[in-house]
Amino acid sequence: MSSTGASVADETPSPGGRDPLSGDGAATGRLGDRIFAGATVGAGLLVVVVVVLVGIFLLAQALPALRVDQASFFTSTQWHTGSTLAFGIAGLLWATVATSIVALLVAVPFSVAIALFLTQYAPRWLSRPAAGLIDLLAAVPSIVYGLWGGYIVAGKWAPIQDGVSTVLGWIPLFAKVDGITGGSTLFFVGLVLAVMILPIITALSREIFDQTPTTHKEGAYALGATKWEMIRTAVLPFGKAGVISASMLGLGRALGETIAVMMILSGLPQGAPWTWSLFNGGATFASKIASDASEFSGGLSTGAYIAAGLVLFVLTFVVNAIARVIIDRRKAFTE
Amino acid sequence: MTTDIAAPEAPEAPRPTVSLDGRSGGRKAKNTLATVLVWAAFLLALVPLVWIMWTVLGRGFHVLLSATWWQKDQSGALPPGFDTNVRGMRHALVGTLLMSLLTTVIAVPIAILTAIYLVEYGRGRVARVVSFMVDILSGIPSIVAALFIFAAWVTTFGLKIIPACASLALAMLMIPVVTRSTEEMLKLVPNELREASYALGVPKWKTIVRIVLPTSFSGIVTGVLLGFSRVAGETAPLLLLAAYTPYLNENLFSGSMAALPTLINNQFLSINDPISGQRVWGAACTLILLVLVINLLGRLVGRLAKVKR
Repeated sequence: MSSTGASVADETPSPGGRDPLSGDGAATGRLGDRIFAGATVGAGLLVVVVVVLVGIFLLAQALPALRVDQASFFTSTQWHTGSTLAFGIAGLLWATVATSIVALLVAVPFSVAIALFLTQYAPRWLSRPAAGLIDLLAAVPSIVYGLWGGYIVAGKWAPIQDGVSTVLGWIPLFAKVDGITGGSTLFFVGLVLAVMILPIITALSREIFDQTPTTHKEGAYALGATKWEMIRTAVLPFGKAGVISASMLGLGRALGETIAVMMILSGLPQGAPWTWSLFNGGATFASKIASDASEFSGGLSTGAYIAAGLVLFVLTFVVNAIARVIIDRRKAFTE
Repeated sequence: MTTDIAAPEAPEAPRPTVSLDGRSGGRKAKNTLATVLVWAAFLLALVPLVWIMWTVLGRGFHVLLSATWWQKDQSGALPPGFDTNVRGMRHALVGTLLMSLLTTVIAVPIAILTAIYLVEYGRGRVARVVSFMVDILSGIPSIVAALFIFAAWVTTFGLKIIPACASLALAMLMIPVVTRSTEEMLKLVPNELREASYALGVPKWKTIVRIVLPTSFSGIVTGVLLGFSRVAGETAPLLLLAAYTPYLNENLFSGSMAALPTLINNQFLSINDPISGQRVWGAACTLILLVLVINLLGRLVGRLAKVKR
């Protein structure tokens, strides 16, 4: 778990005092020690192997289908998985990215504000129970979000969306799409996803804001800053990397969310015209795979879905890796 | 006359501008605005939580009060519109608990051993790769985990899907949760305890099993409970790996098995039918209460442990 890259540095005990016992004689030789150490290494390596296998198996199962794909995989919006395979991910990619970006744009400002509230504004007695309440949002199962969003909120949201469409419909993003009702659009899914990823971004931002050195804060106050100015000059710059990293983790969650999206988003008929409108229906990678899951036969047509799953895996892998790199950089910088 | 008296006092009026509290109106206004916005953001975030609880409890709680809801499954159910009986969700509750328990049995040993490796043994490049992969695993969408198990189990090895497959996929989601929380707990165990044990000639493995793990036990329990509450509410892997069935099945290794989320999914399309609607909201209410109770229990254990320390 050391944050430095060089293995030379790992051999010297860290100043934190966590590993003065590394290389202790007690660990060598005895049978029990060797078995136990072996078991822990095995478990660790198993995790690595599983992640690698996910990539390998998905790739291996996707390739046969990709080879006979009649359409361009990356640019086509078709999805025919009958006797002839013609599928492309352009539509899925757009729906996935559009909903996730909407979710992120809504959730990040809210999460930062709530994290500031919990760490800087809330009175001491309120801070912990309030954080617990926000965390409860993360405990709500996603199918309940789907139920609530798709059945309860969607109807209330529809008139708002129609209003936006009427006023701003000349912007392609907000154009009205025929046959798609208000509560089943990419934009609305983005809003529900925002609520779902809010707790994780809030929790991580809160952790970072809490670590702001008191000296920075007092320094700002000593120069006559108001509370807000103190936050702008001390807390936010200190927490910037952490907030970005937390947002990436939230983005990863939004990209892969399945059942809530599937329950809310209305599907499009085959050959529906392409539009950039956020007030359109569609399917994300995850919702497409899940909604057609009952038809999986294990044959070539399943390969098309596995190919879509592979793209989703690569997307979330990259997003999570970026989040991790940002955190590690920051650790190396502050420690 | 009054103006004459007022006149000498006039120079006093501008005094506040030279007071030591010399913040300009604009800066004060910004500060107030920030305070208001931050409070508003928090209160607004509570709206979905309250709204969800209100909806689910309001529409579903009365279903839970009937004994048949807990005792019966959905066998004999007719298509929506023809049915007049809500019947029960025993099959779904049993399925959810069984699959989540098997998940826990698979995931927890691997997760705890991985955490021990990362804290007590892991050094250098291998440990960094393992830690990185735990992060990646925690970010893998549940549908991808399910697709992986499907691609391996069905397409590659040609085996039949059994409910235990869902547990395998869910275990992939639970491992990182438990690993991370166990890791945090192990790091909190003071090194003096380990050193004292070594000084008495106790082997390293025994020190870990008898000294380090018991000290961080409650923290590990918290992680396990939080992980359990996460997988119990998962739906996506079940859609691929545990097809819904209206009958009670207590065998994890054959047939299909219902779960609370798949019961909701199964009845959702006919939610406007009053009978189906009761099943949907009843199942949602049961699920949310199950998950929240386990989640809160986990946090309670964590908090009590902190008090003890």
